[in-house]
Amino acid sequence: MNKINSIRKDWSLIETLIAEDRKILDIGCGDGGLMEQLENNRNAITHGIELNRDLAANAIARGFNVVHGNAELDLSQYSNNSFDYVILSQTLQAMMKPKDILSELLRIGSKAIVSFPNFGHWKIRLQLLISGRMPVTESLPYTWYDTPNIHFFTIKDFLNLCNEMNIVIEKSIGLTSKGKQFDISESITGVNFFTHEAIFLLSYKNFEPIKIKSSKKVFAKNSVIAN
Amino acid sequence: MKTKFTTDTKLESEIAYFQNINLKLESGDIIDSFKLAFKTYGKLNADKTNAILVCHALTGDQYVAGNNPITGREGWWSRMVGPNKPIDTNKFFVICSNVLGGCAGSTGPKELQNESDVAYGGNFPSVTIKDMVKAQSLLIENLNIEKLFSVIGGSMGAMQALQWAIDFPDKILNIIHIAGALKHSAQNIAFHEVGRQAIMSDPIWKNGKYFENNEVPERGLSVARMIAHITYLSENAMHRKFGRKLQSRDIISFGFDADFQVESYLRYQGKSFVERFDANSYLYLTRAMDYFDHDETFRKNIEFSHNPNNHLKYLIVSFTSDWLFPTIESKMIVNQLNSLSREVSFLEIDTDKGHDSFLLEEPQLDDVIKGFLTNNFAKIDE
Repeated sequence: MNKINSIRKDWSLIETLIAEDRKILDIGCGDGGLMEQLENNRNAITHGIELNRDLAANAIARGFNVVHGNAELDLSQYSNNSFDYVILSQTLQAMMKPKDILSELLRIGSKAIVSFPNFGHWKIRLQLLISGRMPVTESLPYTWYDTPNIHFFTIKDFLNLCNEMNIVIEKSIGLTSKGKQFDISESITGVNFFTHEAIFLLSYKNFEPIKIKSSKKVFAKNSVIAN
Repeated sequence: MKTKFTTDTKLESEIAYFQNINLKLESGDIIDSFKLAFKTYGKLNADKTNAILVCHALTGDQYVAGNNPITGREGWWSRMVGPNKPIDTNKFFVICSNVLGGCAGSTGPKELQNESDVAYGGNFPSVTIKDMVKAQSLLIENLNIEKLFSVIGGSMGAMQALQWAIDFPDKILNIIHIAGALKHSAQNIAFHEVGRQAIMSDPIWKNGKYFENNEVPERGLSVARMIAHITYLSENAMHRKFGRKLQSRDIISFGFDADFQVESYLRYQGKSFVERFDANSYLYLTRAMDYFDHDETFRKNIEFSHNPNNHLKYLIVSFTSDWLFPTIESKMIVNQLNSLSREVSFLEIDTDKGHDSFLLEEPQLDDVIKGFLTNNFAKIDE
């Protein structure tokens, strides 16, 4: 099959994070553009969820497995670990409960890919600082009163939340507003300032089982666990 | 067991006779011989990979497209099935059979009981959706089709499509399930019961033996149809179509004539139904729908099926204004399939045309059916 070129820059980056022959759930899949790309280029088995009726109908008519529905209500129906990757692209900031969604992504998928516009970008900071009004930019083009983006957060906020939720960041890619790409984890200073858009590959921390050493053959003693 | 195919010129249908087959029904009753009237459209390809079974709804028949000799009108889904239509007969071989228990040529209460000269009437055994599908599977087998590409149906047809997925997953590749449910709800059973009571309280019904005097319980059957017809529409659609418009006078009659257009419309629906449908058949088929219930069993049946069913693709469609088989019912199927990681697509189409939407002009329904079939067929063709 011929490889498809990405229509969107973030899609081509998402593709680089995904191994061959995997099962993928794309949340907010639109008319199936990314699904098509991953089926073609990565031989993936794809499923999608799309809230918009016309886009969902389009995706189904194009032959993709797409469920017309609301991810915030419908994710609970999927079983634990039923996908290799769950993708949430440019949508976390529009969710009612982003934290719950994040834990759902990693319940359903072994890995999650999340991308979002960084509210900590210098242009946004500058706008708020100078004009004193809520920023309106290319990646966040809505006025405050009719925006679907109801939870604004910066890369720093996101990293803190991941830490709190025991989520491991396996890979992270930043894009500047001019489309320059860099590794977020390696460039610490100024990352939150210059990153326009961020893409993260996430998984849960694997905890080592606690090994209990005891001369007596007692399986678990409170004092041992306390140590 | 012997199977014979003939053509009934009056019915303009093919008839498949299954003789001494001893079809065991879900009730435990056995029908030793039966026949199914069916129509086909398009051509079966050399590899026999392009066959689609269309399952009709409660009062439907085998006349999907083309002329229906019983009504003298076009087939019930002629807008969907035909050359260059969404279910394209230039590409697919479409089969539709009148269900077991029906009254358009298949064995049912109207037909003569095993070579005697008396019709079954009330002696016809109770049939279920499972029995209908079992009979259809015998027809498909005898047409020498190993695997159907798709089974498609709306309403009672959707029930049959779901039953195919449960009972014969190895014989199909996908199903299109429109305006259906895992079960017939209490409200649906209630409406059916009112319809049946209307028929059975018509003095002409005579315990189902009305045919002995060449009579038809017209009043009962037409009232049953009027009630059912209301459930197929939505309040908005009825308002849009009729409002409170009066039929033919400017002033109201202060009597019980059909003053309002909606009354006259329902009376017409009832009257024309009587001309084409058998009252006993209506009792049996509504009962078959009532007994349909996979609420508790569907997930288990799919997960622990004897036959592999992992390959099955499902397209589930519902309509916003369908209060007889509301979206929530379709979503239950979708949820269960998703929890098993099955390949399922689902769309709720926005329309005010109610349950009947699947028979009417709905461009989005055409698009998804056409796209789903075309793209999935291209995949097996590769």
